[in-house]
Amino acid sequence: MSKTLYDKLWENHVVHQEADGTALLYIDRHLVHEVTSPQAFEGLKLAARKPWRISSIVATADHNTPTDHWEEGIKDPVSRQQVETLDANIREVGALAYFPFKDPKQGIVHVVGPENGATLPGMTVVCGDSHTSTHGAFACLAHGIGTSEVEHVLATQCLLQKKSKTMLIAVDGKLGKGVTAKDVALAIIGTIGTAGGNGYAIEFGGSAIRGLSMEGRMTLCNMAIEGGARMGFVAVDDKTIDYLKGRPFSPKGEIWEKAVAYWRTLHSDAGAEFDHVITLKAEDIRPQVTWGTSPEMVVAIDAVVPDPAKQPDPVKREGMERALQYMGLNPNTPIKQISVDKVFIGSCTNSRIEDLREAASILNGRHIAANIKLALAVPGSGLVKRQAEAEGLDKVFVAAGFEWREPGCSMCLAMNADRLEPGERCASTSNRNFEGRQGPGGRTHLLSPAMAAAAAIAGHFADVREIL
Amino acid sequence: MEKFTRLDGLVAPLDRNNVDTDAIIPKQFLKSIKRSGFGPNAFDEWRYMDIGQPGEDSSLRPKNPNFVLNQPRYQGAQVLLTRANFGCGSSREHAPWALLDFGFKAIIAESFADIFFNNCYKNGIVPIVLPAAEVEALFRQVEATPGYKLVVDLQAQAVIRPDGYGVPFQIDAFRKECLINGWDDIGLTLRHAEKIREFEEMRRINQPWLFS
Repeated sequence: MSKTLYDKLWENHVVHQEADGTALLYIDRHLVHEVTSPQAFEGLKLAARKPWRISSIVATADHNTPTDHWEEGIKDPVSRQQVETLDANIREVGALAYFPFKDPKQGIVHVVGPENGATLPGMTVVCGDSHTSTHGAFACLAHGIGTSEVEHVLATQCLLQKKSKTMLIAVDGKLGKGVTAKDVALAIIGTIGTAGGNGYAIEFGGSAIRGLSMEGRMTLCNMAIEGGARMGFVAVDDKTIDYLKGRPFSPKGEIWEKAVAYWRTLHSDAGAEFDHVITLKAEDIRPQVTWGTSPEMVVAIDAVVPDPAKQPDPVKREGMERALQYMGLNPNTPIKQISVDKVFIGSCTNSRIEDLREAASILNGRHIAANIKLALAVPGSGLVKRQAEAEGLDKVFVAAGFEWREPGCSMCLAMNADRLEPGERCASTSNRNFEGRQGPGGRTHLLSPAMAAAAAIAGHFADVREIL
Repeated sequence: MEKFTRLDGLVAPLDRNNVDTDAIIPKQFLKSIKRSGFGPNAFDEWRYMDIGQPGEDSSLRPKNPNFVLNQPRYQGAQVLLTRANFGCGSSREHAPWALLDFGFKAIIAESFADIFFNNCYKNGIVPIVLPAAEVEALFRQVEATPGYKLVVDLQAQAVIRPDGYGVPFQIDAFRKECLINGWDDIGLTLRHAEKIREFEEMRRINQPWLFS
């Protein structure tokens, strides 16, 4: 019988199944960061339980870490305590790898895993972080979990799960110049809505998805959660395998060959049936910008801010009105006329080398507009940072008026000092435009790195296709 | 985890779609390394007029009189009534911890985000999905009736309105049993420890690259 990729991944991990279909799934990789793990380690200790398989754990500190003046350490005592608690827990428990604050390989957990080959096709990957869906780019069954589940995985190497429904989102055709994986992700969320993927595992397919680099696929899968799906994934192909070859934790020699042979089976079979199929034409996707306080509130750069008066559903209409009020926007305003105060290029969505190259190619020889108060470029990891510096990208950013920072989650969620002040408007390559996400009262517009760079130069949203 | 069988609780309405976990508990409070004490900061940015900081005494802060949960008639509410996609966004379990600490033991919505939905069960909160029309009817009744209470009967899988009308809801048999008995998931899973070990050993042989 034809199987979907999800069927294959699921079946490969079922340890036990209850009568109602609740299964015990084996977890191959457990990614850990400082925010969602302390209570889990404490719970484990209180119950006098030992971690099941230490070699499944890869840990790093990313949410609370500052992105400048590392020599001064973490100034906020509460943030520092959380990072030190992770240090102490990993010291006590152990891990396959730990990249603590200031380590040359420290970075955002979802950037660090793949670049070290710690994320391999066919794995179940979990982390107390909703953007764990990122790892689906490698045909992994990867999703975020709560802290109780972090403790459950530490103690049992398993998770209790019900099988999800399957959705295929096929994007066929060729993406236009200046249109990136981020635009594809936002266009999909604009189509299905932020709850569209609830209860589903999404497979992204079609020629436009196969045409994306691994970085682009990670951006896309990262945002699956913003479409309501805990997980999104892409089948294995040559790009997957080429990316993994020679990474520190990738298999070597004979085992590599054996692994590759298995990885090549990780795709949906011809004729496999999905519960729901959505198709998009790549040619129809234009650069996207969000205008509201939910990622589904998104339009193309050449559109206008939508008018709630045209929304028939009263709850949705009120939601739009509230969003416009929070965002300080009027209906029917052209997106290109909205001016920006700050620009943030970074986050687990868009902080990889390709993202930085994309932004730098727009910024090269240009300068940010006078009204931009702060433009931040925050690489996803120490490795990405050094790679970018080796390519001279840091110089491009700095010459353009950007600050070139140390790696971390930074202004995506503003747990460290990088944040918006009330009322400030930000062109951000992150993943959530929720109220207060980048700082209380801050106004977030999500877009691609190229579009963020274009907004930085213009001082307002601009169509990157007109600059290219 | 506390057992959940039947709740007869005051209902508070939060008439919005897509309430995200950043709104339920803002990021500055995630710096805590404890599981408790998040209640005073539930919905912090909507509930207070100032910007909250961890460790602060929130009882001294200016409250937003327009925020529904600040209204006197909803004080002591144990059932939260809301719309679609409640709990979307971040996986932070601090969100159910905050709601539980605030006093909510059941949440009724048109739909929930998956990770939040899961996190509720781990903390003894019952997330109840009802059809949009039933949710709409409940909103109208709550707003029209001060002191409006609902009975959540988990055993019978029904939400019972004051007029006696019962609305059935679905719940996985396994999850229901865990809630009713207040079972610890980890303890349950470890009953299968031998099976997990065997599975792991086979995996080590068949897919050795997973165990480097």
